[in-house]
Amino acid sequence: MNYFREGFVWLNDPLNWTNPGGLLDRLDEHLLISLWAVLLGCAIGWPLGIWLGHRGRGGGAIVTLANLTLAIPTLALLTILPLTPLGFGKPPVVVALAVFAVPPLLANAYTGLRQIDPETRDAAKGMGLSGGQLLRQVELPLSVPYLAAGLRTAAVQVVATAALAAFVNGGGLGEIISAGFGVGMSNGGGGQIVAGGIVVALLALLVETLLAAVQRLVTPAALRGARRRPTAAAPAG
Amino acid sequence: MSFLSRAPAPAWPLAAPADDGPGNPWFSWRYVHDNAGEILSALQFHAGLTARAVIIALVVAVPLAVAAYWWRPLTGPILALSGVLYTIPSLALLALVAPAVGTTSDTSVLIALVLYALLVLVRNALAGLTQVPSEVRDAAAGMGYGRFGRLVRIELPLALPGILTGLRLATVSTVALVTVGSLIGKGGLGEMILGGFRNNFYKAEIMTGTILCVGLALVLDLVLAGLGRLVTPWARERRS
Repeated sequence: MNYFREGFVWLNDPLNWTNPGGLLDRLDEHLLISLWAVLLGCAIGWPLGIWLGHRGRGGGAIVTLANLTLAIPTLALLTILPLTPLGFGKPPVVVALAVFAVPPLLANAYTGLRQIDPETRDAAKGMGLSGGQLLRQVELPLSVPYLAAGLRTAAVQVVATAALAAFVNGGGLGEIISAGFGVGMSNGGGGQIVAGGIVVALLALLVETLLAAVQRLVTPAALRGARRRPTAAAPAG
Repeated sequence: MSFLSRAPAPAWPLAAPADDGPGNPWFSWRYVHDNAGEILSALQFHAGLTARAVIIALVVAVPLAVAAYWWRPLTGPILALSGVLYTIPSLALLALVAPAVGTTSDTSVLIALVLYALLVLVRNALAGLTQVPSEVRDAAAGMGYGRFGRLVRIELPLALPGILTGLRLATVSTVALVTVGSLIGKGGLGEMILGGFRNNFYKAEIMTGTILCVGLALVLDLVLAGLGRLVTPWARERRS
């Protein structure tokens, strides 16, 4: 518990927040990286998942893909991507995080479109809706809860994993922790390590809570409750 | 394996020549040959840490799941807690555990790994247990099984597929998570990945570590899948 007290002492020093490279700067970086990664993930995962779900094929491939990405260490992608033509800095980190955000988005979009009652589809087709109209007017609205659940899983995962960007000097809140380990335990680094850990963990929990509330808001009342959140095996990065 | 098709840069040949001169290729057999000892010890450490974490988690998770199954009021809190803990970043968890346990031993990494594996296992074991049909439970009760006998002879075997799914998920993600331990120098193959990055971006070292990591995860997954087939013969027959 001694270290926790040191951590709170560290957090109580305003300079640790406002210094260049302090908590506020890092928080900024962290959120920016996460935002771009989630957006990139959505841009890839949703259209693909919706398309596959609309056609009703390729589900097995998606499960395989999701399981395979579980086996790739985040650290490996974070170190490999800067050495490709992407170069150093934020872009490789964003791409690496997006790679891990795509499977939950994709899988949930696919599941969302597949869980729609086939009779609903038939009824819509019988009313003369074309494929595109069916997708826009029937399938997408009905799968909003799943899309929201996928977004939530992906966003929390990205925010949590973005802490690892510190390993490759990619910025973000992980830098606080890694700097603390650099300072060393005996030089007062312990407090900084604990403080960084607390802030990162709180941020992840905050994002989870916020998005859970948003998901509840966008889910039609009739669909709430009974359905459990589809888990696409989100690894804690 | 998606990164294999995505990552290679056009500037370097994919298959390195037998002796690689300058150019720092992604794949170098010579590096593997020259450093076989270190690579093997890293692999060994990685596999050992994974095995320890998963086994400890399994030993703790099954009783927890049974407790949540027997006492319904516990189910909600245990599931909610595991969901909340799972969102905590691994680096943050390591940062919170390491100063308290010590940064020189691998115990802090082990604790973090066990926690994550535990959450997956409890969820899946509980799902497996609750999916046992109530008719089966009634029949078992009618045959005179007590609560404990029913659990050991009927419910746990029927929940095995669920437990095994959780075990496979937990093992694969644990293999990937071990690398985070390289923050305190206990990352196994993660040490190689990060070491290559720091050591003037030595691509062969990074790639070797990555491939071994993914390979280890896939091999362990296959072994567990085979084990699952062996211990649940009834599931196989039903499918055919």
